[in-house]
Amino acid sequence: MIWRRKIKMSVCVRIKKSFGDFVLDVEFETGNEVLALLGASGCGKSMTLKCIAGIVRPDEGRIVLDGRTLFDSEKHIDLPPQKRHLGLLFQNYALFPNMTVKENIMSVLTRAEKNSDCESRFASLSQTFYFRGLEDHYPSQLSGGQQQRVALARIIATDPAMIMLDEPLSALDSYLRWQLEQELVDLFEKFSGTVIYVSHNRDEVYRMCGKVCVMHKGKSEDVRTVKDLFESPKTLAASLLSGCKNYSRAKVLGEGRVRALDWDTELECAQIPEKVRYIGVRAHYIKPCSAGGANVIKCKILRVTEDVFSTVVTLLPENASEARGFSQIRMELSKQEAAGLKTGNLISVRVDPKDILLLS
Amino acid sequence: MRPSGLSDSMYRIGADFMDWFPLYNSLRVAAIATFITFFVGIFAAEYVARTPRLVKGLLDCILTLPLVLPPTVVGFFLLKTIGPFGPVGSRVLAWFGFQMTMTWYSAIFATTIVSFPLMYRTVRGAFESFDKTLLYSGQTLGLSDSFLFWRVKMPNCKQGILAGTVLAFARALGEYGATTMVTGYIPGRTATISTTVYQLWREGNDLLAYKWVGINLIISAIVLIAVNMLENKYRQPVSSARDDLEAED
Repeated sequence: MIWRRKIKMSVCVRIKKSFGDFVLDVEFETGNEVLALLGASGCGKSMTLKCIAGIVRPDEGRIVLDGRTLFDSEKHIDLPPQKRHLGLLFQNYALFPNMTVKENIMSVLTRAEKNSDCESRFASLSQTFYFRGLEDHYPSQLSGGQQQRVALARIIATDPAMIMLDEPLSALDSYLRWQLEQELVDLFEKFSGTVIYVSHNRDEVYRMCGKVCVMHKGKSEDVRTVKDLFESPKTLAASLLSGCKNYSRAKVLGEGRVRALDWDTELECAQIPEKVRYIGVRAHYIKPCSAGGANVIKCKILRVTEDVFSTVVTLLPENASEARGFSQIRMELSKQEAAGLKTGNLISVRVDPKDILLLS
Repeated sequence: MRPSGLSDSMYRIGADFMDWFPLYNSLRVAAIATFITFFVGIFAAEYVARTPRLVKGLLDCILTLPLVLPPTVVGFFLLKTIGPFGPVGSRVLAWFGFQMTMTWYSAIFATTIVSFPLMYRTVRGAFESFDKTLLYSGQTLGLSDSFLFWRVKMPNCKQGILAGTVLAFARALGEYGATTMVTGYIPGRTATISTTVYQLWREGNDLLAYKWVGINLIISAIVLIAVNMLENKYRQPVSSARDDLEAED
């Protein structure tokens, strides 16, 4: 039998570690689900996984998996990686290059189950992960996708309590990526424990994960559902990761009114939470309109860029000072909507108050 | 070993007959020195990598020193240590009754020290370029550290270890400075190829000196070809996925 019985699992992580200027400060808790750690490159996602796996020792904190304490700086508990019983899929899959596919998996199987029948378990793994016939190949003779399947099989062979994946799809070309993504989703459905999925790709996260924890410069934000994050991101970092393209520094003027400093315009918006420092508007929520009225911004067209299935129009608000980082507005239109727009023309665009993201 | 009475006649100037003892002695000394260097070098490379940064720098300095020191300086220190009046040499002489210098095996001490840094540094380089994620993934899979060292790290650093061994052997074979100080030159007893060439030149026996020089060139050529072949193999990418990606984010 390959899969564990379904039992309630949970993992609770609270760790701190500093590397000179960079401070990793991560805190999250999750159950039997797929949790994404979403963040830009260098934000400490991989390091977090290494801390949980026991490869890197945090300065302080606590890691508890299903009631089993893996690390506790106060109680001086620090289990070696071998005793943590969790699977970590590295970005490069880390198959042993000097061993064949079978030897790679057998090295784990013969250790993990002393008495049971390794051969039959190997056979069922090779069937589940579709690498029958490749048993005697070396990793260098396999494609990226095959390597990933073998590496996943090797992890499942240890019967881990939790699986962590470090950007598993980023090394693959886009066609293969889609196929392997479907296979991973299948795996996640069969696997009963917690899955932590590290990625910088918002689309992947949206499709594959239920919950998400955004990381920014070593700090983790609250765990939220993926839908919640994409519909109403609360911070600039989360909003950037969710794919929102337009931002302005903001000053709250009063109930439902905000001044977009970079665009030099006043906007109406929904209920304003405390500590709003930025506003964001997604590129396809900005539409051309006739002049006048609320939430209309007069802009100059800086550039019209044809994309594969749409047209991207770069705008500069009329009153805004010269192209500073945030002042440009990106509007994404269908090709028909964009017909007739020319560089240098003036245009009025409108943003619906409910489409303005209020960010801290 | 041959009866010692024969040795003098064999080194008569211009003798057509060639005594092969220096080759035999050189090979024997180099082989034993390489055997020692092999294990100590691998151990040192693995151990030094695990020490804290400051200790690592210090140890690295000390272990590499024989590579940059003139061999005569190494020989001088050795003489002061294992010579009949040195702290080690005098005790060995008093307790076991044998002298550590001026014998064929004295050359082992000298060549081991001089060839050690080549083994140590080459193996360390191989260990450093070894992809550590293989060890990390092995650990998370529950494999023991000793399994990972012997079955994963060593096989994947095989070419580097072999190259280091060949280099150390070549250096041991050609060692002159430190060897001549601790063994002197006793024909048929401590003579090595390199000390023989020097001796023959001093005696004006160019013909025989050329023969030994030729032998030396052949051995060196074989060694260099071996190292090149190993290095070429070593540089071949193991897998394309590994080259594209360094797992750090």
